[in-house]
Amino acid sequence: MLRLSGLAKTFPGGTIAVTGVDLEVRGSEFLTLLGPSGCGKSTILRLIAGLAAPSEGEIIWSDGVRPKIGFVFQEPTLMPWANVFANVYLPLRLAGLSRREAAPRIGAMLSRVGLGGFENAYPRELSGGMRMRVSLARALVADPPLLLLDEPFAALDEITRFALNDDLLVLQRELKTTIVFVTHSVFESVYLSQRVAIMSPRPGRIVGEIAIYSLEPRSADFRVSAPFADQAKQVSAALRDAMAVGYVP
Amino acid sequence: MTSQLSRSNAREWLLDLLLPASVFLGSLLLWEAIVRVFAIPPYVLPAPSLILTTLIADWPLLFASLLVTLRITFEALALAVAGGVGLAILLAQSRAVERAFLPFAIILQVTPIIAIAPLLLIYLESSTAVLVCAFLVAFFPILSNTALGLASTDHNLVDLFDLYRASRWRRLVLLRLPSALPYFLGGLRIGGGLALIGAIVAELAAGAAGQGTGLAFRITEAGYRLNIPRIFAALALISFTGLLIYGALALISRLVLRHWHDSARSRQM
Repeated sequence: MLRLSGLAKTFPGGTIAVTGVDLEVRGSEFLTLLGPSGCGKSTILRLIAGLAAPSEGEIIWSDGVRPKIGFVFQEPTLMPWANVFANVYLPLRLAGLSRREAAPRIGAMLSRVGLGGFENAYPRELSGGMRMRVSLARALVADPPLLLLDEPFAALDEITRFALNDDLLVLQRELKTTIVFVTHSVFESVYLSQRVAIMSPRPGRIVGEIAIYSLEPRSADFRVSAPFADQAKQVSAALRDAMAVGYVP
Repeated sequence: MTSQLSRSNAREWLLDLLLPASVFLGSLLLWEAIVRVFAIPPYVLPAPSLILTTLIADWPLLFASLLVTLRITFEALALAVAGGVGLAILLAQSRAVERAFLPFAIILQVTPIIAIAPLLLIYLESSTAVLVCAFLVAFFPILSNTALGLASTDHNLVDLFDLYRASRWRRLVLLRLPSALPYFLGGLRIGGGLALIGAIVAELAAGAAGQGTGLAFRITEAGYRLNIPRIFAALALISFTGLLIYGALALISRLVLRHWHDSARSRQM
């Protein structure tokens, strides 16, 4: 789908966020960037999305151009003045679709994320988990081949987070969306992804990749299985090594 | 549970409405009593009852003046909304424009308008000068609040609009203006009160030179004639009008923001 080649980003103040990032993202895979806070995971997502320009290196798209992208932020980032329908309608509206053309797609996407019938609710009336579901529906409604998620569930309680993890897995397998997911949770990364890329502390670099194996479809059973524990242990160890790498000047 | 809840609601209602109302009424009664007991003459301090009878007796005169003052107030407010919001949008288009023009806005804002009034009265015809004065005082809170609102758009939402390559126009209409709405409404509430004050102050400054027939003119005129009860009656009318304007604008803001903004929602249990 895309390849990051020697990617680096230095902020105007001189802070080096990421440097020498080489990474391939394969079509329809679920890839997680795992690393400590402030290691530049979000910066890599912003570079991929085109929200920031790299200082060095390049992003090579397999189709030659950046495709449509869905983005989910750490917070739900909904427009508080607009109801659920209008929030999910936004990407389609900006793409020039009329309300009538968009309505069936919005309804279908809302049902998919478990919010059928909530079209007229306002963000304020929803729980944190439901708001995140609206955010997910908004990111996916325009059918983007690539979905970027920046620690989307970090602020949610564990029960809600597990439910959203499962729903995200189902959605991804159904829609075949390529996902790049950012988290600092080892368990979340192992549960969700087919591949985990581990980052060192600032300046961020990718110091290792670990493939995650599991029977499909994954479910809550995987979370308590021996393979899960083994792979979580392996990823934890790799992350610990990465933290040590970061302290070398 | 329910009865407890309704009892606490009733107590809150008592505190919110009944308490201030009874204190207000009580102080009026005290005023009335003091005037009567000490036999204070009406040209020094009229009793509330006399003010009320004056208000009724002079109603045709005072009501006509009230309409004049109200017209100036609302014309000034309408101009201030158009000008304030328009200029705020213009300033929001680029940092350079904002840097260049904001000092003017601030200088005009910190200058007490009453100090400009005599100058305006020389340059302009008096009714226009009064309108301009009221406009100027109402204009700045609306401008600065709206500008602040336009600048405080959620950064992630801005990123989202970038991601979908939204046009400048779409960005303004779908994102920045709605984001600025609560701030604008706050400015409008302040501006509404100030427009009334501006209209009164400018008319006072115009004094005998003015051809005004607004409430401030009635106060000046009554002052010359030592008609103290009428001054109080006009004052009561002005206060009541101010309250009404504030209440109406607060209600509008509540209705507009009821779905989404903290300021418009009562705390939930």
